[in-house]
Amino acid sequence: MGNAIEIDNISKRYGKIKALDKVSFSVPEGMLYGLIGPDGAGKSTLYNILTTLQRPDSGKATVAGHDVIKGRKKIRTEVGYMPERFSLYPDLTVKENLEFFASLFGVQVSENYDMIAPVMTQLEKFPNRRASALSGGMKQKLALGCALIHRPKVLLLDEPTTGVDAISRSEFWTMLRSLKESGITILVSTSYMDEAALCEEVALIYNGKIVENGTPSELTAHLGENLYNASADQMYPLLEAVRELPGVLNSYTFGATLHLVTDATFDVASACDKLSASGLDNVKVYLAKGNIEDLFIRFCNIEDHE
Amino acid sequence: MSIFLSIIKKESLHLVRDPRTVLIVLCMPVILLLLFGFAISTEVNNMDVGIVTDSHTQEVRDIISRISCNPYFTLKGMMTQQEIEPALRDGVVDAVLVLRESSGQLEHQVVADASNPNNAQIYASYLEGAMSGNAQEPAVGTTLYNPQLKSSYNFVPGIMGMIFILICAMMTSVSIVREKESGTMNLLLVSPIKPRTIILGKLIPYFILSLLILALMLAFSYTLLGIPFSVTALNTVWVSVLYIVMSLAIGLLISTVSKTQFTALVISGVLCIFPVTMLSGMLFPVSNMPVILQWISCAVPARWYIDAMRTLMIQQLDIMYVIDDVVILAAITVFVIVAAILRFSRNK
Repeated sequence: MGNAIEIDNISKRYGKIKALDKVSFSVPEGMLYGLIGPDGAGKSTLYNILTTLQRPDSGKATVAGHDVIKGRKKIRTEVGYMPERFSLYPDLTVKENLEFFASLFGVQVSENYDMIAPVMTQLEKFPNRRASALSGGMKQKLALGCALIHRPKVLLLDEPTTGVDAISRSEFWTMLRSLKESGITILVSTSYMDEAALCEEVALIYNGKIVENGTPSELTAHLGENLYNASADQMYPLLEAVRELPGVLNSYTFGATLHLVTDATFDVASACDKLSASGLDNVKVYLAKGNIEDLFIRFCNIEDHE
Repeated sequence: MSIFLSIIKKESLHLVRDPRTVLIVLCMPVILLLLFGFAISTEVNNMDVGIVTDSHTQEVRDIISRISCNPYFTLKGMMTQQEIEPALRDGVVDAVLVLRESSGQLEHQVVADASNPNNAQIYASYLEGAMSGNAQEPAVGTTLYNPQLKSSYNFVPGIMGMIFILICAMMTSVSIVREKESGTMNLLLVSPIKPRTIILGKLIPYFILSLLILALMLAFSYTLLGIPFSVTALNTVWVSVLYIVMSLAIGLLISTVSKTQFTALVISGVLCIFPVTMLSGMLFPVSNMPVILQWISCAVPARWYIDAMRTLMIQQLDIMYVIDDVVILAAITVFVIVAAILRFSRNK
């Protein structure tokens, strides 16, 4: 199987700002691939290049086998794109929105309805409601339906779950997985780290650079070493105290506890003693199981210090 | 349904679904027309006059009696040289006529309240007319084509010049920029349709709307406002269509330089409405402007359109009399269209 998306050394600047700096990765056909990074990392710029809205300054990229510059016309018929905000026409109804986007690609809603049927189960009940009157989750589904109506081979979703409630988010990911089963390649970007685990493979992007890519479990596998949880009754004094400990490279809040990134010299027992001695109650320090978020914070620190 | 038709349908739905816009678009021209045509008038019907004189010859008496029996003047009485200023200041009189005998010749001077310069000009010319003796009526004299100096005649072309810029330029630019702002423009550009199809599809509903307004305005002008109708009305129509096309192109040009609907509104407001009302000759005659402004006004398409409309609608002359206006308008249109297309394809 070939690669549905291939990105090779893509760079793009806006004036002095480097939006993308020699970005390379590839997405095999039929994969649900995540592009994970904070706001301003360059995700949308990459989407603009892949959808042929912008040209890269240097480097090459192909989508569905077509070059983003030479094959732009072909890409446009084979790619489904859902931009950062749900770009629908708020004053048109559900049905009118679908019909309009279908007509852009010269297809009928009825002939491809099987494609979007799983997405449309709830929306079917009110085809004449205006898009502006839909909830965030419904808008998201309609936007996905509009992006799918022409049976694209590759689906490019730019932060589709931003601003949507937790239930709609998880429903949305279920839908993406079933779409993937039907053979569509999906590149989805998100700034929610927890969503990374739902992708088959991810690329982490920060400051326009891909800092790491691979499957989520591969990436987090060696995180467990030198990563500890710390908790105490007084959390804020704890945060200040752990920063003074020898061997602690970084500390940050993580849910209800602190995560400590340490070097090999860190010793749990002596750290506990020191913290208790400084007047903190119920001090606990134990090995943590790292996830993508920890990985990300680690990379961001390295990048920012450079 | 072809792509082109479905874009037109979609754009028309946007228009129809926004009742406020439709209301403004259809009602504003009518209201402006009626307002300028009936309520707002620059005619001076009743002017209060004082007279200062120390001679009592037959000639002076004739002048005084002419003024006092003229329906346009109200003679507030005789006054002395010293009373002129207080009387003008208190608004007792609008203008004072000073008559003086000097070496057997009657000399006259008009002192007018110029707090409104337009009116002052009219006072002066009315009084001059009364002085000239041979007219019972004030010597607005022989004004062809608009003998009653009806301001509605004057304003109809001006309002049309403004409305089309407003509707075509402002509304099209806002509607295109709205798609940029909401991100749907990107979806359109990512789809296989050509950008020119998108743009043409967006322009056509506004073009049709403008034609509707044109029909509405002309119907009102020829019936309610009583502008004389003749076959030259056909010329009025096609010169207006040229102007509408140009306004649409301006709207497209504005949409290529603005990123938000607000910018588009401000640019079209500042760039269109301001020059159209101030520099086009709609309110103030171009020939009365400082030379620099006259030069600037050459770049205001509405100036040429309004000029042509006055000739075509009110004088009802043949198209050949306004051929220079039409040629300039056409040149500006071509220029704007080329600029808009160049900018649009460069942005893409």
